[in-house]
Amino acid sequence: MTSKNKWLSTPYIVWSVVFIIVPLGMILYYGLTDATGAFTLDNITAIASAGHAKALRVSLFLSLVSTLVCFLLAYPLAMILARMQTKRHNFIILIFILPMWMNFLLRTLAWQTLLEKNGVINHVLTFLHLPTLKIINTPAAIVLGMVYNFLPFMVLPLYNSLAKIDVNVINAARDLGANHFYTFIRIILPLSVPGIISGITMVFIPALTTFVISALLGGGKLLLIGDVIEQEFTRTSNWHLGSGLSMVLMIFIVINMILSAIFDKDGEGSML
Amino acid sequence: MKKHPIYPIRKPIAAMIFLLSAALCGCSSDNGVNGQVIVYNWGEYIDPETIRMFEEESGIKVIYDEFETNESMYPKVESGAVAYDIACPSDYMISRMIQNGMLSEINYDHIPNAKKNIGAQYYEQSRGFDPDNKYAIPYCWGTVGILYNQTMVEEPITRWEQLWDKKYADNILMQDSVRDAFMVAQKLNGDSMNTLDPEELTAAKNLLIEQKPLVQAYVVDQVRDKMIGGEAAIGVIYSGEAIYTQKENPDLVYVIPEEGTNVWIDSWVILKNAPNKKNAEKFIDFMCREDIALMNFEYITYSTPNVAARELIEEEDIKNSEIAFPDLSQYDNLETYVYLGEDGDYLYNELWKEVKAY
Repeated sequence: MTSKNKWLSTPYIVWSVVFIIVPLGMILYYGLTDATGAFTLDNITAIASAGHAKALRVSLFLSLVSTLVCFLLAYPLAMILARMQTKRHNFIILIFILPMWMNFLLRTLAWQTLLEKNGVINHVLTFLHLPTLKIINTPAAIVLGMVYNFLPFMVLPLYNSLAKIDVNVINAARDLGANHFYTFIRIILPLSVPGIISGITMVFIPALTTFVISALLGGGKLLLIGDVIEQEFTRTSNWHLGSGLSMVLMIFIVINMILSAIFDKDGEGSML
Repeated sequence: MKKHPIYPIRKPIAAMIFLLSAALCGCSSDNGVNGQVIVYNWGEYIDPETIRMFEEESGIKVIYDEFETNESMYPKVESGAVAYDIACPSDYMISRMIQNGMLSEINYDHIPNAKKNIGAQYYEQSRGFDPDNKYAIPYCWGTVGILYNQTMVEEPITRWEQLWDKKYADNILMQDSVRDAFMVAQKLNGDSMNTLDPEELTAAKNLLIEQKPLVQAYVVDQVRDKMIGGEAAIGVIYSGEAIYTQKENPDLVYVIPEEGTNVWIDSWVILKNAPNKKNAEKFIDFMCREDIALMNFEYITYSTPNVAARELIEEEDIKNSEIAFPDLSQYDNLETYVYLGEDGDYLYNELWKEVKAY
């Protein structure tokens, strides 16, 4: 960009200041003060209290499981896509993105209707004289909701980095005697690391902070850290504690971002 | 109390965008010939037709905004970000607002329908949170009770105790809100639902933790749809939802548990800094008119304290419905929530978090 055109970035700068910098500053302010406005670290150390610590542990565990499941589902898919002709893979990617045109909340509610005791899936299973599914209001349902909602965020970066691998590199490996397995382990997997890191970030962070999915599919029986923060803002109106806990969550996000900065220096794994 | 399904998603962000856009564009200027009135009410808690009629008859433009919980309403009114004229909070929240000097005294001379149509017993009941009836005009009231599906239980449900019965494991829906959940356990223990006694509170908390494995889900609005769909056998629900759910599923029965329960009143209040006080009085007066109150009752099915409106109900079984208009004198252990102070609220919320995280 030439210096002449720098003013073009003004809208973006204004946007970032108003909607990113200022809110972050507010969270920082609320998180480090108490109701009287005095400085305190209590809101941050509150994460160590039994309830909060457990909520954080459960959130970390469920989001790690979801990320892993997403990865295992997405990697083979991304490999298949990367090898397809442009026309066909565009269509398949469209199919993957299509559900995202609908509201996130509606899609999650739909899962509730599907999974319920008298839900659609169980009706079909009963009709076929098969045992019914009992996963609504369990951690499994939360993981399912996370995987369903965040899978595209794993597929796209993986696909992107896999599609960029030069076919000649793979052919060279095969020429030199590497079998399929070896080619994959030594060539394809290492070259797709930026995509993997980016995909993990894009699934792990929203999964860690979600609160809607646990309320709708978990029956409110499992308290995630996102639920705690949400309730501090909407129900208890203790913005100080909510902000303090958000700051603790940010630590995990920052760690994640540092990792992706290390592994993904060229930004190869970026979405599309 | 809690109404129909609205999910409190990203409200703070929405509020911020709203405020920013309001600040950037300057406030809208689309006033009626006689100015405007800004009303802050529960979601789906009014027949929209009545608002249109009010606008037509009075020439006052109504700006109508909705909230999901008392707790989310309070900070918004307190911050003064939007200068509301009227709000419709519940009992305990009204006492909090009175204590914090946020309400303006009602001039009954300007609201003749309120004195004429609202039953004296409801003013009497309001004195629990508004000692001299100076601030609040009852709009809707009701109880919290048990809704159960006759085809899914072995004997009639009459007591909170049965929500701890192992044979109904995974068939119980509890309210996902701190006061309503604790109330159930406190009444079962024979304690007050407004207690601040640490021992009583710990006992209630332990009881809720004990119940947790039996609970299918903690829900707020969804209890309605789940009970209609036969997802669970037993649910804790507001009486105002019961009539509607029974229409949809005749197997459902609503009971006020023997151990006693919460009686609540949501009331109109005029805020201290209301910019359009005169119009606010006119709006409340209009809502207290018997034909308008009847329209609202038929639309939202929450019990109306408007005696004149009740007389106008044509269906006899609704007019004399035990659900909509129970004879409260039959029960001697009913209570209304009282504001517990900031420390009390904090204590309840911490204990509730322990239950939910357990």
